[in-house]
Amino acid sequence: MAELLFWPALLAYGEAAVAYFGDARRPGVAGRLATWGVRIGWLVQTALLALQAARADGFPWTTWAGSLNLFVWLVVGAYLIWGCQPRFRLLGLTVLPLAAVLFALAHAGGGTTATGESRYSNLFLVLHVGLVLAAFAGFTLAAGLSGLYLWQERRLKRRERTILRVRAPALARLDELAAKTIGFALPALTLGIGVGVARLRERGGGFDALMGVTLVTWGVYGTYLALRLTTGLRGRRGAYVVLLGFVLVAVVRLALPVTHFS
Amino acid sequence: MSSLVLVGVSHHRAPVELRERAALGRDDAAALAKTLAADGEAVCLSTCNRTELYLACESGDDAERRAEAALLALESELGPALYRLRDEAAALHLFRVAAGLDSMVPGEGEILGQVRAAYDAGSTGPILDRLFRQALHAGRKARVETAIGESPASVSSAAAALAEQVFGDLAGRKILVVGAGKVGDIAARNLLSRGAEIAWVANRSADRAGALAKRFGSEPVPLEQIDEQLVAADVVVSSTGAPDWVIGRDQVEHALGRRRARPLLLIDLAVPRDLEPSIHDLAGCYLYDIDDLQAVVAETIAFRRREAEQAEQIVAAEAEGFREWQASREVVPAIASLRARADEIRAAELDRARLTGSERRAAESVTAAVLNKLLHLPTIRMKQAAAAADGVIYADAVRHLFGLEDER
Repeated sequence: MAELLFWPALLAYGEAAVAYFGDARRPGVAGRLATWGVRIGWLVQTALLALQAARADGFPWTTWAGSLNLFVWLVVGAYLIWGCQPRFRLLGLTVLPLAAVLFALAHAGGGTTATGESRYSNLFLVLHVGLVLAAFAGFTLAAGLSGLYLWQERRLKRRERTILRVRAPALARLDELAAKTIGFALPALTLGIGVGVARLRERGGGFDALMGVTLVTWGVYGTYLALRLTTGLRGRRGAYVVLLGFVLVAVVRLALPVTHFS
Repeated sequence: MSSLVLVGVSHHRAPVELRERAALGRDDAAALAKTLAADGEAVCLSTCNRTELYLACESGDDAERRAEAALLALESELGPALYRLRDEAAALHLFRVAAGLDSMVPGEGEILGQVRAAYDAGSTGPILDRLFRQALHAGRKARVETAIGESPASVSSAAAALAEQVFGDLAGRKILVVGAGKVGDIAARNLLSRGAEIAWVANRSADRAGALAKRFGSEPVPLEQIDEQLVAADVVVSSTGAPDWVIGRDQVEHALGRRRARPLLLIDLAVPRDLEPSIHDLAGCYLYDIDDLQAVVAETIAFRRREAEQAEQIVAAEAEGFREWQASREVVPAIASLRARADEIRAAELDRARLTGSERRAAESVTAAVLNKLLHLPTIRMKQAAAAADGVIYADAVRHLFGLEDER
């Protein structure tokens, strides 16, 4: 059954990714097809996660691949909040191909099948894994917004003739949305880390590289928000800081999981 | 059978001096339509680019003569510039007009509203009602399914659209207008119409600055003292006649320190230019001069022309739909006669059968169903044949076969 839900979801995400390319070339029908692809894919993936939760004995996304599955769902879900507006379709061009690839990776790693039991308590996993992944999903989206900001800023600086033809979200809006997204994601990461640290103190255990990079990531985004509030960090420099943070998120999600997941 | 007739004058063949003499206000256009619709239907579409009369009546030649006379009464020199179209060609023309394909700038947005207003003020019957409703539908469809009307087509609207690219919603954004010239005035109005606030007007002449500021409800400031405004403004629009830079890089660089990285859009509409070009190199500053804006507008107009090709297909399909509808009207009397005759026979036979109340109801229901099923296919086929232009032959054959000649 899980297999039956995985393929339609992947197909819908893949269709959306391709349609977003089509929409970038010629806005219109392709954009609407992309939007529906995202919606349908996300709903089918929601059903897949529900099925996993119902079948598993405990929190079903404790493995690296399982957490990747949940991460993709959170990223697409966050994107869906406002990403279906025509002007934000360009953002879909970065988010959906990434989501489709990560979803396929999660499947290859066995993260989309119903999993067995976990040695951790459900409450701990929901709070720790759920909050950290929700924060990372927010940071991913903020990175997409910042990438779009830099692209749009470059077009304005180069005085591109097509600046009014290929419409992107306004610079100020992209900047503000990236900051707001981080404003929601950072407290989630703080709580998620806090829960992890509390458990580490209670039960013992080693400090691994993934924890270290996660703390650095927290520091980068924390500094970004602090500088934005105090010195007015925004614009191109702000976008670079957000992208730097995302590089760390990618390292945490993709390069270091073997040191942390068991 | 009613003919559709169009007689008009437009920017293609008549200069503005002629067009303005043929232009009609809403009330005059409505009155003219009412007069022309004495024995049919009429709509008068009058905009700054065209005055067109659409008539539907039994005699196309007579309608054309009356429409011509009405236009020549407005301006006797219009004669050589007039164009006359009939039926399918007239419908296609209106659909192209509604879609903005016949406008000076392809896809301009106002025309759809003007067609709607003309329709509302016209004296319409079944043909013009259908024609204008379908034209409005075609116009909307062309705009929804293509990007023909999406990008700005003038320098001032391009400046405002650029501001939206930087700031998004312009509500509450503060504009500094430098110079009290007409070009800056138009650009400022465009920004104002999108919700921006013209906060300051700076000019060398205090009187002119004061006059313009009063119109916008803004504050006049001396041109030499705009440092504070450069800190607070979101957009600067400059169009003075000054021979040198009016705002230099140092001045903007100084203001940037206090702007907390807020972006600043500078629009230089003056020739010679007012703003030092290297301002554009500063972080968060976007300076566009008249050439930059004209290049953007040229690109958007070229894009509109490309989109127009797709819109032409949409409009042609809609016009074909109208033609089919109009053609199907030719067989409607034959279909109506056939159905009336069948109903008449059915009722007579039921009367002869001397049935009880419940039997009669059941028999009526059954015979009506049989009749409908029997006549459904011939009705569809006759309408299809009418669309393919040999509907009259079919209609005549039906009349002959069923003895309906007397009812023509």
